[in-house]
Amino acid sequence: MSEQQTYEPGTHPDLPPPPNMVGIIGWIRENLLGSTTNIVLTVLSVYLLWVIVPPTLNWLFFNAVFEGASRDECRAVMAEEGVKGACWAFIGQRFELFVYGFYPETERWRVNLSFILMLAALVPVLWDKTPSRNKMMIGSAIAPFVIGWLLIGGFGLEPVPTDKFGGFMLTLVIGVTGIVGSLPLGILLALGRQSHLPAVRIVCVAFIEFIRGVPLITLLFVASTMLNYFLPPGTTFDLLLRVLIMVTLFSAAYIAEVVRGGLQAIPKGQQEAADSMGLKYWQSMRLIILPQALKISIPGIVNTFIGLYKDTTLVIIIGLLDPLGVGRASLADTKWQGLSTEVYVFVALFFFVSCISMARYSLYLENKLHTGHKR
Amino acid sequence: MAATSQEPVTERQPLWYRVVYDKETRSVALQVLTISLLFAFFFFIIRNAVVNLEAIGKGYSFKFLWEPSNYDINQTLIEYDSRSPHWRATIVGILNTLLVAVTGVIIATIVGFIMGVLRLSHNWLINRIVYVYIEYVRNVPVLLHILLVHGVIVNTLPRPKNAISIDDTIFLTNRGFYTPKPLFEPAMWAVFIAFLAAIGFTWWFRRYARKVQDATGKIYPVFWICTAAILLGPLLVFFIAGSPMTWEMAELKGFNFKGGLVLRPEYLALTLALALYTAAFIAEIVRAGIQAISHGQTEAAFALGIKPNRTMQLVIIPQALRVIVPPLSSQYLNLTKNSSLAIAIGYMDIVATIGGISLNQTGREMECMTIVLLLYLSFSLSISAFMNWYNKRIKLVER
Repeated sequence: MSEQQTYEPGTHPDLPPPPNMVGIIGWIRENLLGSTTNIVLTVLSVYLLWVIVPPTLNWLFFNAVFEGASRDECRAVMAEEGVKGACWAFIGQRFELFVYGFYPETERWRVNLSFILMLAALVPVLWDKTPSRNKMMIGSAIAPFVIGWLLIGGFGLEPVPTDKFGGFMLTLVIGVTGIVGSLPLGILLALGRQSHLPAVRIVCVAFIEFIRGVPLITLLFVASTMLNYFLPPGTTFDLLLRVLIMVTLFSAAYIAEVVRGGLQAIPKGQQEAADSMGLKYWQSMRLIILPQALKISIPGIVNTFIGLYKDTTLVIIIGLLDPLGVGRASLADTKWQGLSTEVYVFVALFFFVSCISMARYSLYLENKLHTGHKR
Repeated sequence: MAATSQEPVTERQPLWYRVVYDKETRSVALQVLTISLLFAFFFFIIRNAVVNLEAIGKGYSFKFLWEPSNYDINQTLIEYDSRSPHWRATIVGILNTLLVAVTGVIIATIVGFIMGVLRLSHNWLINRIVYVYIEYVRNVPVLLHILLVHGVIVNTLPRPKNAISIDDTIFLTNRGFYTPKPLFEPAMWAVFIAFLAAIGFTWWFRRYARKVQDATGKIYPVFWICTAAILLGPLLVFFIAGSPMTWEMAELKGFNFKGGLVLRPEYLALTLALALYTAAFIAEIVRAGIQAISHGQTEAAFALGIKPNRTMQLVIIPQALRVIVPPLSSQYLNLTKNSSLAIAIGYMDIVATIGGISLNQTGREMECMTIVLLLYLSFSLSISAFMNWYNKRIKLVER
């Protein structure tokens, strides 16, 4: 400390911040060990992770058996190593069943083709930079009918009865039909609920409140046990079609409430301005009110779609074979008994991936349509 | 204007012209059309139903409700056996549904609020863990959760013989959780009265404290005094009355436990799965509600010298509740309606009793489904009426 440099006041060069305030250490100090509560929380969560994550990963991957012809083979492999894990061989063996259900093997190309068609039809709907989008949209509008023809058959293709539908394919059929059908119906119901005509309003309110007041499963029961009584004697009605109608009506009621929220959020001045411009009811709805209302309702609408998609699992209760149903049915095979956890985890993964991609798309859409006002 | 190019609409024009061009006439015509279509539809389906039922000789009557049900229910809150009539089975189902709904709502609310607050924590790790958990739960169907939890309870817990015992009073087995059952002696009524009195006192004291605060600015520690009154008051009476309660312990007899209070795997799985599923949604609602309150509110409160705790209590939470309550109520409704999935694991709720076994035994689909639908409708309407009332109470009073 022989010579100490002196500075004129105000001329000292800026010192770097102390090393424990920046970089990784600084980040850890701030985000993990900031205060006593913070330290306690961090310790607790590290402990929680330590307890939960390694055994789960072991069960899922490291100790799991991926090849084998029966549950006993899986067990034998695991017993050799003295560990416990999942027996994914089961999923591998029954994979086709999980995807196609009992759809005839020779006709499965139709399912694949339908899937590709669906993806192709979705592109112009979901992605606004598609080249010549308007023309492509016409294709998207036709696609559902083509897919329906492909799956059911007739007109040159071998007909496949709908009780052969199953697996993920059935989930997609119910989910996509429900989504496509319930949006327009829901918008109409929401408009009806806001209508100035008392009769229309009362009918819409009664319908919406009834559907929202009962669980989907009871409606499916109604569809499977009672619907035949309400049809002219002698008519039969495909079970899958009944389910599709019920699911569509069910989620239309929920969509209607979401859209109503959006409609109510639009200032009254918008409608008055449209009226003073001499626009007719449908013109003002189509050009002024609905574009704004639907934009606000996007998160709610997508949430309803996700809910609908998840609710497709309920059809196993009335005997349709969705992935869960197929899985449970194949567990009845003595070779594979007792592997229910594997089935559930596999099906959960499928739903997780599809639902989370819908949620992410809704986030992207929200951000894209957000015109200003965001800090 | 469009009207100038058309002839003005008057009474003298033919009806079809007025329907097309006159707004008033058109709206009347539209409504008449709606109503008549509706009536035609109902007439059509009811006529079909009558014809179809007559063809198989069934009719529509609720007399079967008084016939013996001939099936057993493993979990009942009221006395019931297989000779009891169908209406009694229905009541057992209703009570079981309500039991799941009430316990589920309570657990879901508590867990949901805690997770919602943790989601806003500055601690990065806990924040992420809760986030991952919420995303997992929300994106997997509730039916899968129920089956998974049920599977875990039934497959991984030990048999009654080597039950996991907690202090030899609570036993966890794959046939359910066995806990001691409280047996009340007659003097217990004094304790219940003390409890009610404590609640009454709480209600009065809150109003009194508010009055004192308005008049003098003095603040009583209302929360602590009320908590003490509710907890300690009945406890004191309990000891004065000479502890009028004993516990009936669960004991291992043969292959299973006897006595005690048993929580069956079906009930546990359903309640836990529904509660945790709904809690994830509630957590997001709570987070959104708190985030919706602008930061300026906190800053203003601090600028007025209000302490952080009081800021939360007096400024943030009352405002956040207004955002939280409407979606919260629909989550409660969802939980109640989702409890109908009980049928997948064999818990005897409304759908499984009157809408399941009774329906299959008597073959009265119409009557049974009518009862089920009406029951759920009345649940939903009463929950939403209550929540609307509560919502109105806490709503911002605007002038």
